[in-house]
Amino acid sequence: MVHLTIDEKPIEVSEGRSLLEACREHGIHIPTLCYHPALEPYGACRLCVVEVSQGGRKPRLVASCVYPCEEGLQVKTNSEMVVRSRRMTAELILAGSYHTPEMLALGEELGVKEVRFRLEEENACVLCGLCVRACKEIVGVSAISVIQRGIAKKVSTPFEVTSSRCIGCGTCVLICPTGAFKFENVAGFQYISPSESAYQLGYYRLGGELNLHPNYIENITALLTKPKDKDATYDG
Amino acid sequence: MNRVETATNFKTWQQSLAVRWDEAQPCLRVCDGTGCRALGSQKVLSALRDEIHQAKLDTKIEVVGTGCPGFCEYGPLITIYPDRISYQRVKLSDVHEIVTQTLVEGKIIERLIYTDPQTGAHIRHEPDLPFYQKQKRLVLDFNGRIDPTKIEDYVTLGGYSSLVKALSTLQPEQIITEIKASGLRGRGGAGFSTGLKWELCRNNVLQVGEGYIICNADEGDPGAFMDRSVVEGNPHSVIEGMIIGAYAMGVHQGFVYIRAEYPLAVENLRIAIHQAGSANLLGKDILGTGFDFQLNVRLGAGAFVCGEETALMASIEGRIGEPRPRPPYPAQAGLWGKPTNINNVKTWAAIPIIIKQGAEWYAHIGTEKSKGTLIFSVVGKINNTGLVEVPMGVSLRNLIFDIGGGIPKGKAFKAAQIGGPSGGCLPAEHLDVPIDYESLTALGAIVGSGGLVVADEDTCMVDFARFFMNFTQEESCGKCVPCRLGTKAMLAILERICAGDGQQGDIEYLLELAESVRSSSLCALGQTAPNPVLTTLRYFRDEYEAHIFDKRCPAKVCKGLITYSIIPEKCSGCMVCLRECTSSAITGAKREVHSINPTLCSRCGVCMNVCKFDAVVVN
Repeated sequence: MVHLTIDEKPIEVSEGRSLLEACREHGIHIPTLCYHPALEPYGACRLCVVEVSQGGRKPRLVASCVYPCEEGLQVKTNSEMVVRSRRMTAELILAGSYHTPEMLALGEELGVKEVRFRLEEENACVLCGLCVRACKEIVGVSAISVIQRGIAKKVSTPFEVTSSRCIGCGTCVLICPTGAFKFENVAGFQYISPSESAYQLGYYRLGGELNLHPNYIENITALLTKPKDKDATYDG
Repeated sequence: MNRVETATNFKTWQQSLAVRWDEAQPCLRVCDGTGCRALGSQKVLSALRDEIHQAKLDTKIEVVGTGCPGFCEYGPLITIYPDRISYQRVKLSDVHEIVTQTLVEGKIIERLIYTDPQTGAHIRHEPDLPFYQKQKRLVLDFNGRIDPTKIEDYVTLGGYSSLVKALSTLQPEQIITEIKASGLRGRGGAGFSTGLKWELCRNNVLQVGEGYIICNADEGDPGAFMDRSVVEGNPHSVIEGMIIGAYAMGVHQGFVYIRAEYPLAVENLRIAIHQAGSANLLGKDILGTGFDFQLNVRLGAGAFVCGEETALMASIEGRIGEPRPRPPYPAQAGLWGKPTNINNVKTWAAIPIIIKQGAEWYAHIGTEKSKGTLIFSVVGKINNTGLVEVPMGVSLRNLIFDIGGGIPKGKAFKAAQIGGPSGGCLPAEHLDVPIDYESLTALGAIVGSGGLVVADEDTCMVDFARFFMNFTQEESCGKCVPCRLGTKAMLAILERICAGDGQQGDIEYLLELAESVRSSSLCALGQTAPNPVLTTLRYFRDEYEAHIFDKRCPAKVCKGLITYSIIPEKCSGCMVCLRECTSSAITGAKREVHSINPTLCSRCGVCMNVCKFDAVVVN
């Protein structure tokens, strides 16, 4: 067991847990965007940052979804530094997705008063990478990936042509926290409506043709619900 | 190629080579590094060989292409042994004269030797050049002396004897103790204790049973060419350091991750690896000791972020070059999940020196907490652009004025960006700061990997910060929000200020963004990206304010804030500026005063450069 202090409360967790998992197990609210319990943590959205200090080192921010619980760690989930960082991160996300309802709600929750910088082109995709990881880790297909870098980064298929690997399961569409995923760009399917039955269709197609990815989770629909599930994706 | 079966055989080989090597024999050493090549050194080199061949001299004179000795400003460089006469800025047309005058008749060609810009003194011999006199060249010692494509040259001067010493007389733990005692800290930028890093890796390798070591040669800072020059000019020193490191950490596979944009470095490195393998210094059963070590080259495709260790490892594994959060640190789970140790080129190249001379000797160089020497590539507004190696603790003033020769055209020094785009910008008031890890960090800069860009009075510090921010913004991998969008937002504000559209509150917003990008980004690229902005704001805030509030660029650089005009009294009506103007903004006739139409003017400054009467002014 590992012993640490979160918001001045002594907490004991089993080894190998992330700070985010420990916080959620103890009812401490941490906003997330790129986190999903069914997927490998990614550490990209930086909304789940918490302030840690250990052994007299200067306090610093770490992404709680990827930071392991360490013995003797002092964690603050709501300090001034944390609040400021999350607010600015949310403001920056809104710079590219200034009309996306989910992101506007997020910005409001985290205290964004005004979006001072806007990208010329609006895009609801916030590059959380959930679709890419779900396609790889849950479906086991890796039909999509992030391509290019920096401000030009986007989710696409290899060479940006319709994917031959895509099985049309719709997992990417279901898991997207902002409704940004344009299925036709990837699979060439114009009118797919992501639903449990569509997913099942993909599931069976996959099961028949390929070996299942070891990370495949049996009751997948439970994990692929929209954000109303408290722990799934953005929890507002 | 001589295959060395045992440590004893190595000594015999070395002695047989030493007989052949005689720096008292006449020899021409021509810099064949990338810098001098760009200035035509290859043609000079082959012309020298032809000319010497045709001259049918009594004594055989060898012409050797060497690595970069560092005095790049005056390239192509030729040093004539045994007297070490230094000829500079040698052109193809000088070759005939060098052979007939200097080699045959022993006369020195005065126009090719160095003239001190300050004292006017002529300096004929390389060791007397002030540029070299104030340096302490350990890692760069062989650059300019050996042919990097010949392992024999390296071995003759003592190369690989540290490896022999390590493998035949030292236990792995002893090597780590030695490196720890030397005080060597990582030369890639972070300055972590190398010995400690090795120890952590070794402990994990012992548990897991395997691991890797990597040499990070993915140098990408603007204006930096230290690692390139070391790999180009002395690749065996890096290889030797890595074999010693592999032995100390108990690993049998290593990689050199080097950018593909360094073709000469890659070529020389590959030749060196092949030669070391043929000589039984690399590969299976090295020197008959039973120790195996394979070394492979991996080319980086030009992403700056791949210099970050986790992104670098992802790239070697064939994945997207994106960093991942640490922990786990590479020493715990690195390449393919195995314990991995990554060091910079200069760190690896320092290892043979420490093993050879001893930790105590090495720890005498430098300051209390920063030991050894640092290599800087000194560029920008400086007289002696080049590569220098100095002991830790020398002042910025020594580096820029004594070695660097000061600022060209008698202009005033304004600032130095030290540590590349992750570093900070230090003003004249801090010229006497000793260059070591702690002192620079306290001022907001970093030692970094060794880039030093000098700015003079004509440099606009807002524009300077904009340049570096543009670089990091373009090189951000885009994975995490603060770096991808934060650097973009910071750049947008800087561009706006430079264009004359700065607003009240911009400085505060910049500071707020900088804090967020610094504290919240995933990797060191983002965490250090705001440094140029933060330090220019700290030391040159008045320039930002002049741009924003007075709509004035004090250095007269930012195009949105300057206008060119012609002083009627000085204009002779020569029509030169009118003809050269790229946007047809100048009107006038012969012997009549010209004038510039500010709405058409693109502020390129050509008119000012071409005017012989100083009639064009910028406001």
